[in-house]
Parts: sequence; C-alpha cells; structure tokens
Amino acid sequence: MQYKSQAVAKPYFIAAIGLFVGQILFGLIMGLQYVIGDFLFPAIPFNIARMVHTNLLIVWLLFGFMGAAYYMIPEESETELHSPGLALALFWIFLIAGALTIVGYLLLPYARLAELTGNDILATMGREFLEQPLITKVGIVIVALGFLYNVSLTVLKGRKTSISLILMLGLWGLAVFFLFSFYNPENLVKDKFYWWWVVHLWVEGVWELILGALLAFVLIKVTGVDREVIEKWLYVIITLTLITGIVGTGHHYFWIGTPGYWQWWGSIFSALEPIPFFAMTIFAFNMVNRRRRDHPNRAATLWALGTGVMSFLGAGVWGFLHTLAPVNYYTHGTQITAAHGHMAFYGAYVMVVLTIISYAMPVLRGRAANSNRAQVVEMWSFWLMTISMVFITLFLTAAGILQVWLQRFSSTPQPFMVVQEQISMFYWMREVTGVIFLLGLAIYVASFFMKGEAAASVSTTSGRGEIGTQTA
Amino acid sequence: MQAPRTHHAPLTAARSASLLGDFMSGTFSKSMARNVFYGGTAFFVLLFLALTFDTQGALPKRDNRDKLTPAVAAGKKIWEVNNCIGCHTLLGEGAYFAPELGNVYKRRGPDFIKAWIQNQPTKVPGRRQMPQFNLTDKQLDDLVQFLKYTSEIDTNNWPPNIEG
Ligand code: HEM
Ligand code: HEM
Ligand SMILES: [Fe+2]
Repeated sequence: MQYKSQAVAKPYFIAAIGLFVGQILFGLIMGLQYVIGDFLFPAIPFNIARMVHTNLLIVWLLFGFMGAAYYMIPEESETELHSPGLALALFWIFLIAGALTIVGYLLLPYARLAELTGNDILATMGREFLEQPLITKVGIVIVALGFLYNVSLTVLKGRKTSISLILMLGLWGLAVFFLFSFYNPENLVKDKFYWWWVVHLWVEGVWELILGALLAFVLIKVTGVDREVIEKWLYVIITLTLITGIVGTGHHYFWIGTPGYWQWWGSIFSALEPIPFFAMTIFAFNMVNRRRRDHPNRAATLWALGTGVMSFLGAGVWGFLHTLAPVNYYTHGTQITAAHGHMAFYGAYVMVVLTIISYAMPVLRGRAANSNRAQVVEMWSFWLMTISMVFITLFLTAAGILQVWLQRFSSTPQPFMVVQEQISMFYWMREVTGVIFLLGLAIYVASFFMKGEAAASVSTTSGRGEIGTQTA
Repeated sequence: MQAPRTHHAPLTAARSASLLGDFMSGTFSKSMARNVFYGGTAFFVLLFLALTFDTQGALPKRDNRDKLTPAVAAGKKIWEVNNCIGCHTLLGEGAYFAPELGNVYKRRGPDFIKAWIQNQPTKVPGRRQMPQFNLTDKQLDDLVQFLKYTSEIDTNNWPPNIEG
C-alpha cells in the first residue's frame, strides 16, 4: 500500500462481500418460491424478498465502487485521501442506514413503512429498484455527496490521470442520475420514461465509465503495460459506450406509451451497444498478452479477463438477443429479461468489483498477493460462480423461450399462471444451479481465510507473454 | 485445480504487426481519443435531449392524460405503497412472478379485480401466493381506476394478446 489512507477501502470491500452473501440467500428464497409458491409465505412474500435481493445488489456494488475509489484515487493522485475520517464516518452511516432499510422491508408491511418514512411528503417508493423509503434515498444522496467531495478534493490536489478523471465522471454521473429517483409524476408514462434515466443511464451509461476505469487500473497494475496505451483504449471504449448507450435508452421506449419512432432509434443504437463491451474484452486480453511483468496475483488477472468475457456475453450478446423492437415485442418482461439481467449484472459489475477486491485486498493486508493456496481456492470460486451464472442464464433463457411461445406467440395463447406451471422444470434447474453459485461464493469467502506462504513479489520481465496458459 | 503457471512467448513479428498494435502505437493519440470522447458524448446528449423534448410534446395524444383523474392518481399511489411491481409487470416492466397487469382491466374487468384482491391469499398449497393488503372499498375503486387508465395508454399494440 503506497498511501496510508487507502486503508479506508478495506471495510467497504468487506461490507460489499457480506451484503453479496445476503443478496444470494434472498435470490435462493425467491427461486424456491418460483416453484413452491407458498414457501415462507406470509412471513416473506415474494415482492419483499425481491426488494431485498435487488437492493442488496445495488448497495453492495455501491460499496464496491466507493471502496475502489478510496483505494485507487490516492494512488492515481499520488497523495493521501483528503479526509480518511469522513470516509470512515460515511461507511458506518451507509451501512447502518442500509441495514435499517432492509430490516424495515422484512419486519413491516411495505405500506406501513411508506407511511412511517415520509412517502406522503414526496411519493418515491414502490418503483422497481427504487423501493427505498424517502429518508433512505435522501441518506444515499448525502453519503454520495460526502464521498464525492472527499475524492474530488483528493483528485484536485494531486496528479490528474485519465483513469481518475473517468472514474470521477462515472461516479458523479451515478449521483446525478440517481436524482431522477425523486421525480415520480402521477402520469405513468412520464414516470416510466424518467425511471429509465436512473436504471438504463446507470448500467448502460455512467456505470460503464466506472467499470472501464476499474478494469484499466487493475490492468496497469498486473500487466505493467504503458499507461498511455491503456488510457487511450479506455477513452475509445467509453466513447463507444456513450455514443451508443445514451440514445440506446430508446430500447425501453417501445411499449410504454412513448412515440413509435423510438422503435427505430432504440433498436439501431442499442444494437450497437455490444461494440464497447466487445472492445473491453479485446482490451483485457490484449493488455494481458502484452504484459511486461508477471504479477504474482494471478487470481486478479483471471477476474479481469473474466469481466471482459462475461460482460460481453451478458450485456452484449444477451442484450442484443432481445433489443430489436420486433423481437422485444414478444420477449418484453419475460424470463428472457431476467436471464439477461442476471448475466449482465454479474458479468459486468459483480465481476469488476471482485476484480478490484482481488487485486487490492492482499495489498491492504500487507502483501502483493495471497498465498498460492488461497489463490487456487479463489480461482475455484471464480469458476464455480461464473459457470453457475452461465447455466442460470441458459435455464432462464429456455424458460423464457417457452414462455414467449406458449403465452405470446401461439395462436392459442395460454394464461400466465398456466404457462408458469408448464415451465417449472427450468425453474428447478435454475434453483439447483443457484445453490452451486452459493457454494462458489462460500469458497470465495473462505479464500480470504486461507493461510500459506505469500506468493513471490512482483517480477518484471522484458518479454511478452501468451495468455493461453494464464488461466488453468 | 492447479495454480496456473505463466509462460512467456518471445515477441513475434506477427504480433507487433497486428492491426491492434498499429492502432495502439499509431498516430491516434490519447488526447485525440479524449477529444472524440467529449465531442461524441456532447453530440449524443444533445440528440437525446432533443428526442426527449419531442416526446414530451407527443405524449398528450398517447398517455391518456385526459383520464388522469384524482382517483387514478390515488390508485397509482396505492399500487406503489403496496409494491405490486415486486411481483407483477405493468406494461412489461417489473417482476415476472405474477401476471401482467397493464391490460388486466380489459382481461378481467373491474368486479373481478376487486374480488380477487379481497380474496387473497388463496392458500392453495404450493401455489404462488399474493398477500392480503386490507384495502378499503375506496382504495379498491381507486386502484381499479388506475388500472383502467393504464390499459388505455397507447402502447403501440403491446402486449401481443390479452394474456399479457
Ligand atoms: C452491464 C450492462 C447491462 C446491465 C447490468 C443490464 C441489466 C438489465 C436489467 C436488470 C434489465 C431489466 C430491467 C427491468 O427490470 O425492467 C435490463 C433490460 C433490458 N436490457 Fe439490459 N443490461 C445491460 C446492458 C444491455 C445492453 C448492452 C443491451 C442491448 C444490447 C441491453 C438490452 C436490454 C433490453 C432490450 C432490456 C429490456 C427487456 C424487456 O423489454 O423486458 N442491456 N437490462
Ligand atoms: C444465484 C442465485 C440467484 C437466484 C436463485 C436468483 C433469483 C432471482 C429471482 C427469482 C429474481 C426475480 C425474478 C422475477 O422478478 O420474477 C431475481 C431478480 C434479479 N436478480 Fe437474482 N438470483 C440469483 C443471483 C443473482 C446475482 C448473482 C445477481 C447479480 C449479478 C442477481 C441480480 C438480479 C437482478 C438484477 C434481478 C432483477 C432482474 C430484472 O428486473 O430483470 N441475482 N433473481
Ligand atoms: Fe437498457
């Protein structure tokens, strides 16, 4: 660790992993409710489990992004963080506010929670992903402002690199677009239109800047490739992201009351959105192939390459699958959507956060890399979680195709619940695969507790390497 | 599983002459890339804002706002504070655990909807369960008004059929 204040990243990473475990447990509860409908009813109705699942996902990714920024910004800026004390205070505020919100979801009827937390002053609750009570939303804004103030001042007083600039753009964008969560007009069409300014412009806009910056940072560290080269790639990738992704928002404006021309704008621009993801894959492999050193942390390199591949598959391929209006007409709001949502979130954002954690945690714990044994275990968890997610996606896609066929495409369409019953086998297979995912996650957590001799320190070599043998 | 070993291949002429290598070491500099980023982003932000502006103008003919009565607004709030979207889709957005409700008014009609909500949960063993929300008659009426208004939004003919 080059700067003492980077240490504040550690609690953020630990909290992220803890909440990740919670997210998966609630995913498994829902997965079971899909096939055993009255499981845990009425203690935990499906909608409550779903809120916990998705909100934990978002919150732990935010913990991961903030931890990443606290780790990266001092090193990029070559100066200590403006205020480590503020960073720690905000950590506890965010964690406690988040925990109280989840407890509120689980212990109170949602309508009662809304009543108690000021939803009558400004109604913002009850919209997918934005279910948080008003006070939690305000809390998120306060934490975000304190965080941005802290890292922005650090950037301003130190060296300004392209990576830190792009990371800051992404993080400021994240905060700015979250403000649309406070806009909830009575007009449902307008509500939906601007809801996507949070959701789409996050995951297919500003979050991709964060993703690119994290990946570029780790690639510089583990490959030793010249910063100029990596940062040029980064600019090309995020340019492609924003020129396709902004107007690409139109792929959500096909059937919600918005004008028909969005079918053209949305289809064409979002069909180009896989390109930056593909560029990211090429980028990761190309940099590792040109590496000038063999970093002892091979697990981090594996996660970085995995992010490249899986984000392309989940966002690029599975996104393209249903993004053209004539296809989306049939697949809109089916298990196809769920399949894509899972692999895209996992492949892009889960994996990039695990990449930076994999790289930074050993350093935060005083070593360049974990012991060989710990890395082998971590790489096992990589494969278990990643392969499980591929199969979860495949099973949901199969379920989705049948659902579309039986309920939407057929000349004798069947009711939703009747169709669900017929495709339950795929839900069972998803649930079993989910248990394997949880096993992979348990092994991941265990890898942090593995002892063994620390791997050798960074060795620098002059030759270029092949990646073929990099991953076991 | 074994810890992977790293193996180094020598720098090959073929690799250094690769297309990507040319692109990376060629005349396209980082500052040019940065300028393209700012220029490109600014252009597409403006285009998106222009389309948004045009959409705002086109919405009155499509979004059924003439029927947006106080009852509909109250119904939307009941929809929200009971987190209906956590199980159902509405115009295809939401959760995929329970049926689409954007067109449920047309599929089932007002009386069925009210009776259904009042009779939950079904308690059929193993069947997916919907909670009892204890809504008053007025709340049920408002909710139905909201679902009626939603079903009359011009959605470019979505969903493909009445089953949603
Ligand atoms: C990492 C990036 C991405 C993430 C995390 C992501 C995630 C998601 C999620 C969670 C949803 C469901 C939203 C809801 O609940 O209504 C969704 C919907 C959708 N995504 Fe993505 N996505 C990403 C990138 C893409 C890309 C690149 C494309 C197109 C090539 C795409 C196409 C779509 C489409 C068309 C829908 C709407 C599906 C429907 O009509 O039901 N996504 N995405
Ligand atoms: C491994 C076990 C998992 C299981 C069994 C599971 C199950 C589920 C279920 C049943 C839903 C609700 C679908 C519906 O609305 O009907 C859901 C939603 C969701 N889950 Fe998971 N999940 C798991 C892991 C994950 C992971 C690792 C991620 C993130 C990478 C994730 C992200 C999401 C998202 C974004 C949604 C909302 C999807 C949408 O709106 O389209 N889940 N999950
Ligand atoms: Fe999108």
